[in-house]
Amino acid sequence: MAMDAGFIGRSFPHADPYVVGAAKIREFAESIGELDPRYLDPAVARDAGHVDVVAPPTFAILVIARAQEAVMFLPELRLDFSRVVHGDQRFVHHRPIVAGDALTSVVHIDNIRAAAGNDILSLRVEVTDPAGAPVCTAYSTLVSRAA
Amino acid sequence: MSAPNAARVSVGDVLPPLTVAVTRGQLVRYAGASLDFNPIHWNQRIAHSVGLPDVIAHGMLTMALAARIVTSWTGDPTSILEYGVRFTRPVVVPDDDAGATLEVSAVVGEVDAEAGTARVDITAMFGGQTVLGKARAVVRLP
Repeated sequence: MAMDAGFIGRSFPHADPYVVGAAKIREFAESIGELDPRYLDPAVARDAGHVDVVAPPTFAILVIARAQEAVMFLPELRLDFSRVVHGDQRFVHHRPIVAGDALTSVVHIDNIRAAAGNDILSLRVEVTDPAGAPVCTAYSTLVSRAA
Repeated sequence: MSAPNAARVSVGDVLPPLTVAVTRGQLVRYAGASLDFNPIHWNQRIAHSVGLPDVIAHGMLTMALAARIVTSWTGDPTSILEYGVRFTRPVVVPDDDAGATLEVSAVVGEVDAEAGTARVDITAMFGGQTVLGKARAVVRLP
């Protein structure tokens, strides 16, 4: 059954902020071979003008993952998760993510469409800090392949 | 090579290339770091059961590895203002010590001298084929 296009334009705030940990940044940076000391050493990051270690560019996927999955798993949306592949991903960074950030995600369903029998879900996640200032906007396209 | 800046960077400039070996060990490590435990990235039996030739790398890992060509070039981890990719083909990772070889190249596609930014167009190749489409980063130049 096709996805419910009535969800286009709806938004879903995620209740729990994601608190960015320095140890998680280190694990993530090392796992992708990003070894700049500004990812790993708070003293070097502070010397470079940051409040703590900075996150690599694609770390934002961790920040938004739970919020995005909460929407993808909504039964009413009728997304066949067993057939989903990641179509594309884009991040717009309004400022660097740093250790200590408590980040809130609001997931917006920008589009739902069918193409060649596939269901295509376009999500936009707005990530903000506790003051409401924008930190990152993440655009994800998820494709549920035709059965 | 000194760090690029807005005055010296031109459209068509080629970034120093990057070759990365992606091994099974790295997939396990990235799974733990990213909390993406989809078994197609570590379990050959499951990968085969969904029609894949073998275990494949996380698309987000390929995206992260490809970004290194840009962060290495600018020398600043926070220089990437925007980064997007399309996942077009999987990177198949064999169960051996060499792993899969990802070859990353990049060229400056646009310079906005007023904003002090440049768009970098990235190509990621595995086995002679591109694995990312429309891979582009917008970077702030010093």
